[in-house]
Amino acid sequence: MPRLTIHEDRCKACGLCVEFCPKDCLALSDKFNPQGYHPVELVNPDECTGCAICAKMCPDVVFKVEK
Amino acid sequence: MAAKTFEKGNVAIAKAAVAAGCKYYFGYPITPQSDIPEYLSGVLPGVGGQFVQAESEIAAINMLLGAGSTGKRAMTSSSSPGISLKQEGISYMAGSEIPGLIVNIQRSGPGLGGISPSQGDYFQATRGGGHGDYRILVLAPATVQEMYDLTILAFELSDKYRMPAMVLADAMLGMMKEPLEEWIPKQAEEDKSSWALSGAKGRERRKIKSLFLGDGELAEHNWKMLEHYREVEAKETRVKIEVHDDCELAVVAFGSAARIAKSAVDRLNDEGRNIGMVRPITVWPFPYKEIRELAEKDIPFLTVELNVGQMVEDVRLSVEGRSKVSFAGYPPGYLPSPDEIYEEITKLLDKKD
Amino acid sequence: MKTVFERPQSLVDTSFHFCPGCHHGTIHRLVAEAIDEYKVRETTIAAASVGCSVFLYDYFDIDVVESPHGRAPAVATGIKRANPDKFVFVYQGDGDLAAIGTAEIIHAANRGENITVIFVNNTVYGMTGGQMAPTTMLGQRTTTSPYGRDFAQDGYPIRMTEMLAQLEGVGYAARVAVDSPAHLGKARKAIMKAFATQIENRGMGFVEVLCTCPTNWGMGPIEANKRIAAEMIPYFPLGVYKERTGSDFM
Repeated sequence: MPRLTIHEDRCKACGLCVEFCPKDCLALSDKFNPQGYHPVELVNPDECTGCAICAKMCPDVVFKVEK
Repeated sequence: MAAKTFEKGNVAIAKAAVAAGCKYYFGYPITPQSDIPEYLSGVLPGVGGQFVQAESEIAAINMLLGAGSTGKRAMTSSSSPGISLKQEGISYMAGSEIPGLIVNIQRSGPGLGGISPSQGDYFQATRGGGHGDYRILVLAPATVQEMYDLTILAFELSDKYRMPAMVLADAMLGMMKEPLEEWIPKQAEEDKSSWALSGAKGRERRKIKSLFLGDGELAEHNWKMLEHYREVEAKETRVKIEVHDDCELAVVAFGSAARIAKSAVDRLNDEGRNIGMVRPITVWPFPYKEIRELAEKDIPFLTVELNVGQMVEDVRLSVEGRSKVSFAGYPPGYLPSPDEIYEEITKLLDKKD
Repeated sequence: MKTVFERPQSLVDTSFHFCPGCHHGTIHRLVAEAIDEYKVRETTIAAASVGCSVFLYDYFDIDVVESPHGRAPAVATGIKRANPDKFVFVYQGDGDLAAIGTAEIIHAANRGENITVIFVNNTVYGMTGGQMAPTTMLGQRTTTSPYGRDFAQDGYPIRMTEMLAQLEGVGYAARVAVDSPAHLGKARKAIMKAFATQIENRGMGFVEVLCTCPTNWGMGPIEANKRIAAEMIPYFPLGVYKERTGSDFM
């Protein structure tokens, strides 16, 4: 199973990862990060294939993907 | 003693640059300094250097900024309108503490002006010229030999103080020929490895910049630069003073104006007068202290310039009302003869007597 | 477990100051990947430009000198001519490269300066607050084209890649976008090629990257991202416009 590491503090909640995730695994959370944004979180881990599209689309290099 | 050759002032500068180990030249053609790029375009490729004819003076000064940021001895040259274009880059170099030589073989202005000699760029050279609170080193040769000697000194001071240096000459000094004795500097080039960009290998990365947005950062940077300037003023001011006791009047002039004035002063002294001569060799830093000391002896001054009054303001700032400062200025397109300056001095002496 | 994606080593471990959804971060990351790929981090000297991209030196773990607005290709020329063994790149926005710095980029290209140029086209001045750029689309409203860019008054958006590809000194010229995973793959490849062009002494490697400026476009990041395909690509076609492979560089 792939492992997605999210550097939440760096997230600016632009939503590009959520938009492009082919499996709808990601969503913006309700909590706030230190920058004042609602950071992305993995809501559907079972569906994640580790394709890394989220990481590639992210302008803030928030993700690390292993599988 | 090495053999002397008969050289043009512009060529003397170019030869001095090569002697100083400058391998990189960036410039754009403009009269009356084109002998410099013409000479260096022939010589630099043979010494493993680079000659780049830029698309503009703006590009040329920025190429100098780039080469200078890597610690390489490099230069550009131009003449008045071209030097105006370079001011943006000079300001950035000053703010980023990047060394480099800029040669200004002054022609006349404002605007396209003409190609005759002038000293109309004195303010521009000594007040920074571009935006912001900065100074650059400005050396003002008066002979072909000094074109050579001061070019080498300009490189050395520029490297030592990490600030741009300018050789401020004019069409007369650039185009005329005089005997020249060439020499190779013995002093090793300043070690720039502590700050120059060379790739972040085995050390922290470096940034050379003039943008300081942090709270108080820019003020701190400007204060640091000012402290630096004070050190340069204390250590590097150069002036030739020929003033004897009971001097009746001292002429202050630099560069080619000083040559013409000196002929008039010599003639008066041959006739039994006691006229002094003060020739700033660095016009920034300016010899304020040295001139003030003469003013304290009640010596009046006559400032002679090939413009309508620029350095005279620095002479007045030196004197601060202690003695009288008169001015004889000659706008471009006209070169005074020694006789005319002789007349000016005589008039002042008559008034005084 | 194998790492599929991680932060490139040449990218300093810090937050970008860029606005949410701004593609500068994406492009920075692609450039850092190329630095890592070609192992040039320790020999690189970059010339930063003016605008949002000036803080290059805070994000890349490399030596950087700041250039006046538009002059980065001239600064890079000075660096590279005096240090031919170094890897030299510039990273410029459209206001910087396509307006005030037009002379510098064209002549650096024409001289065949062996440097790599990353040109960020987001059709607007970013840092100064969203004014009209030479690349602003017809009809696009900006703070200095409040009625929309009108060709009769402002001319047409400028296509730099096509222009530069004409010049013999350019070894590689491409326009890419970073608005989709497929485009990102091509953008990555183009930046790698532009790096290789310099390393193999084939003249200037030039990559124009179409990207967003959500803040100054007055759009959310997703909407802004969609604008690239909807409005920009039809006018600024993607593709490789020049690729010198042989030894025809004179």
